[in-house]
Amino acid sequence: MEISLADLLAGVTATAAPLLLAALGETVTEKAGVINLSLDGTILLGAMTGFAVAATSGSLAAGFLAAAATGLAVAAVLSLIGTWLGQSQVAVGFTLTLLCRDLAYFLGSPHARQPGPQLLASPLPLLSRIPLLGPALFNQSLLVYLSIAAIPATWFFLYRTRHGLVLRAVGENPAACWARGIRPRLVQTTATLAGGALVGLAGAGYSLALKPGWGRPQGCEGIGWIALALVIFGGWHPLRVALGAYLFGFLQISTILLQDLFPALPTQVFQVAPFPIMIFTLILIHAGRNARGRKQRFLLRLFRGRPPAALGTTYRQD
Amino acid sequence: MNPSSRENDLPSRAAWPWLLFIPALATGLVCLLLLALGMSPLAIGRALGSGSLGSWLKFSHVLSVWSPLLLCSCGLLFTFRAGLWNIGIEGQVIVGAIGCTAMLRLWDGLLPPSVLLPLALAAGGLAGGLWGILAGELRNRGGVNEIFGGLGLNFVAQGLIIWLIFGPWKRAGIASMSGTDLLSPRFWLTTPPGWRVAPVALAVAVLALAVTILLLDRTRFGLHLRAVGANPGAARLFGIRPDRVSMRAMLLAGMLAGLAGSLQVTAVYHRLIPAISSGYGYLGLLVVMLANYRSPAVPLIALFFACLVTGSIQLPITLQIDSSLAGVIQGAFVLSALLVHGLRRGKD
Repeated sequence: MEISLADLLAGVTATAAPLLLAALGETVTEKAGVINLSLDGTILLGAMTGFAVAATSGSLAAGFLAAAATGLAVAAVLSLIGTWLGQSQVAVGFTLTLLCRDLAYFLGSPHARQPGPQLLASPLPLLSRIPLLGPALFNQSLLVYLSIAAIPATWFFLYRTRHGLVLRAVGENPAACWARGIRPRLVQTTATLAGGALVGLAGAGYSLALKPGWGRPQGCEGIGWIALALVIFGGWHPLRVALGAYLFGFLQISTILLQDLFPALPTQVFQVAPFPIMIFTLILIHAGRNARGRKQRFLLRLFRGRPPAALGTTYRQD
Repeated sequence: MNPSSRENDLPSRAAWPWLLFIPALATGLVCLLLLALGMSPLAIGRALGSGSLGSWLKFSHVLSVWSPLLLCSCGLLFTFRAGLWNIGIEGQVIVGAIGCTAMLRLWDGLLPPSVLLPLALAAGGLAGGLWGILAGELRNRGGVNEIFGGLGLNFVAQGLIIWLIFGPWKRAGIASMSGTDLLSPRFWLTTPPGWRVAPVALAVAVLALAVTILLLDRTRFGLHLRAVGANPGAARLFGIRPDRVSMRAMLLAGMLAGLAGSLQVTAVYHRLIPAISSGYGYLGLLVVMLANYRSPAVPLIALFFACLVTGSIQLPITLQIDSSLAGVIQGAFVLSALLVHGLRRGKD
């Protein structure tokens, strides 16, 4: 299969779009000190509601809104039981992952293999004719534009606004924030809900744009875990997290191309290969960061990242 | 993030009436959902009951789900006690199944089946144990949180089994998702006529439960696990090496999960299929969470979950309802448990 560089770039930005939304959403959540482990199930449930609503109402916008609302609702459950009632966020998140996955298959079974709408590309005039970058950045669907815009927006919010500062401070030291007149649990809840809405939106990104349709399997299973890994190994920095999402998009595209080079290997191997490769690339980078020696200095600077100090712990107000 | 900071509140005897709210809340939530969808909770409940407990044949099918699920849950009791979130258990089941199959394929004909079969079961346990150790090493040496190391290894195990089924071990003729060729019946664990479960599988699971309870509650090792899980720093001051203790927990959990994988091959499917683990590793995590990380309720909760799994198989045929309802009910129970424990903490 011959493929031009421009097509490759366009494929990567499109493939990575929903993953990018989910990973950036989770970055915001974790920066406030809350870990939302429910991503994999939430994306699937968002994909199901997005598709079901869009197919029955005929409106794509309604579908995307419903998916975001679904993600918000799941995040609200995590906030209630984790942040407010003090149960382990990992336990709640993991339970929600499995529950949402089965709920998606259960509620979605009447919509399986039904026809539905698909979000199409809306090329920007003039800009889309730029060689190489044009097709990759400006001849895409609205969702892809949103995902690209979300990268600088998340960075700006977290590092250049007062609200972002407060959010990061809560993730580091909620008790000190409380002493300064901030209400940590309220900030954490807001961050969890906002992140959850982005994750839900990512689900609709699959069922209404990237892999249109609903079925079992839908095709976005496993993406949530990749998004979670991206956040942690991307050092909780939106720009590095985005870089990781594009790397995964590139891996997914390239395995399709590699299939022609290694006809002896079965297709099914190529479909699952990006997942272990991605996680182990991230793990190697992470392990390199921990290792000592001069060789790692450059990597060290590039991937310097530290979890928010209060990540995953429950703040108790006394 | 740090799993050892997990709030391990052991309910006191006075707290037990609270526990009754868990099934009440979960049943209520599921019934509301079904009524909202225009389905009859009563009819579904009856179908689930008769599909799992209606006859000995069906109940023995439940037991064939219960055995591997119980093995996984027992393994997780060790890792949870040491404060670890062994999410890699799913991969440990898969690698156990691969190890068992590899042994049977490689040594077929060299040893009599009566010798090779137990060896193959053990090989599965060993393979699972090594996979568990791998996640533990990633954590202790690589500084990779065991949730993500384990998850990565789950993906690798999934890739490995698919490669084997479609590559080197493919079925004569055409490879397919339905798995490898059937094993020679000499290597099947015997299932008596009128049964769906191999008595050996059942015995292995019950034995594992007994050993687990003994190790956790009656030995120095169990005490060390508890110490490391509660406070690794303090444990170190008492001369316990947290790294070594948590590694033993990972090894034991992996071995029990690998054994479950062996049973899936020799007692249930008699071949290797892509979904050989049946998701019992993840389900085991839910079982142990619902049991509040302690052993007494584990066998009963595992039995209840096995009934749901088995009872839901017929739902698509009899009531045109998707069988994923079983997972919805299981999730609702665990979520209700977390909610009730959280509310109770608020009261104290």
